Amino acid sequence: MLAKRIIPCLDVTNGRVVKGVNFVDLIDAGDPVEIAKKYNDQGADELTFLDITASSDNRDLILGIIERVAEQVFIPLTVGGGVRAVNDVRRLLNAGADKVSINTAAINNPSLVSNAADRFGSQCIVVAIDAKKTGNDWEIFTHGGRNPTGLNAISWAKEMVRRGAGELLITSMDKDGTKSGFDNELNAAISSEVDVPIIASGGVGNLDHLVDGIIEGKADAVLAASIFHFGEYTITEAKNHMRHKKIEVR
Amino acid sequence: MIAIVDYGMGNLRSVFNAFKKVSPNQKILVTSDSKLIQAADKVVFPGQGAMPDCVRELSERNLIESVIDAARNKPFLGICIGLQMLNNFSEEGNIKGLGIIDGRVLKFKPKNHFNKVPHMGWNEVHRPKNHFMWNGIPNNERFYFVHSYYVQPQSRNLVAGECVYEKPFCCAVSKDNIFAVQFHPEKSSQAGLQLLQNFTRWKV
Repeated sequence: MLAKRIIPCLDVTNGRVVKGVNFVDLIDAGDPVEIAKKYNDQGADELTFLDITASSDNRDLILGIIERVAEQVFIPLTVGGGVRAVNDVRRLLNAGADKVSINTAAINNPSLVSNAADRFGSQCIVVAIDAKKTGNDWEIFTHGGRNPTGLNAISWAKEMVRRGAGELLITSMDKDGTKSGFDNELNAAISSEVDVPIIASGGVGNLDHLVDGIIEGKADAVLAASIFHFGEYTITEAKNHMRHKKIEVR
Repeated sequence: MIAIVDYGMGNLRSVFNAFKKVSPNQKILVTSDSKLIQAADKVVFPGQGAMPDCVRELSERNLIESVIDAARNKPFLGICIGLQMLNNFSEEGNIKGLGIIDGRVLKFKPKNHFNKVPHMGWNEVHRPKNHFMWNGIPNNERFYFVHSYYVQPQSRNLVAGECVYEKPFCCAVSKDNIFAVQFHPEKSSQAGLQLLQNFTRWKV
């Protein structure tokens, strides 16, 4: 049976992996290759790197990280953050990324998703969706949940799949950073409307949240950052817990 | 020398990196030069994206003949679309393949909405028969898949590996000097590296 995936997310800035709470008090988390190897050894199914570099000058530094990780770690690597053009996608794939995640640029220019999928194949195009509950619906927000776009999250998800997204990474901006679990209602609503796999993100505080994300949220994969970075849980522990709850894991 | 056939579809660096990892002293080339493919001891035929694009790019680079020649004569490893292209026909674009394997490429049409397409992630590979390429890998080991089409060989004898996604499908084909897989060994951690190492040691 196909296993549900656990994906640790690593924040990268200025060519280093960092950890912090809500992007403040960032501290150096160590060598990216060593961290990637550690997660790989623990059984991570994929790795996601999120480039949080503010200035575009230093954004190329992530290419070096991906190149080094791809020489040593042989599981799928996804890179997101600051992807604006087909050429950005090309450079990340050439550096060794297997998938590239597109967020704000898809909203500003939806044809970027179609163009990138036509050129490189849907299998490597992930669209990241940041959504917030507004009344009975969810709306797409940008800039860390500050700017509303007026786009309905479910219609947007369908539109992105129609344009060639091979996977959706859904982050609840209500839940992100709260450690109170995913927005499973949002994830299940999207998962039942699209044919591509979805990754649940935002809000994980304990291992039961990962289980709920799969069972209640109908997610195909769960992404978490802080519970793994700060050593609260290892990926091995997360997998054992999920296995115990009868979820198929690797 | 192992030649990885480059026809401009997708990034072959991870395939190259994985071979370098398992066989650092062996000469590994990523090439679109048919002379080098002819000269190689072994050939790797990868592929990603859509099969019609892959066949077109292969044809535009005049590589079809050298790939068919390699598939008839030397240890040959097909990966993902590289497996699919060996078949007679694909539902993707309703096109002809290279016709090296008697089989067809079909699209996943899951009945259950929560079986997503593409089939993406780590799934178990069952083995109907032993093969040198499986050495050192436990039966039912998981490999990483990402694909929307699968192959259906005409004869059971061609099936070297099976996987279940709603129903069983063939995920590895073997025929004489050919071994071809639907999953990505270069992204399948230890088990995938073992398979690639086996290829570097495979004598036919």
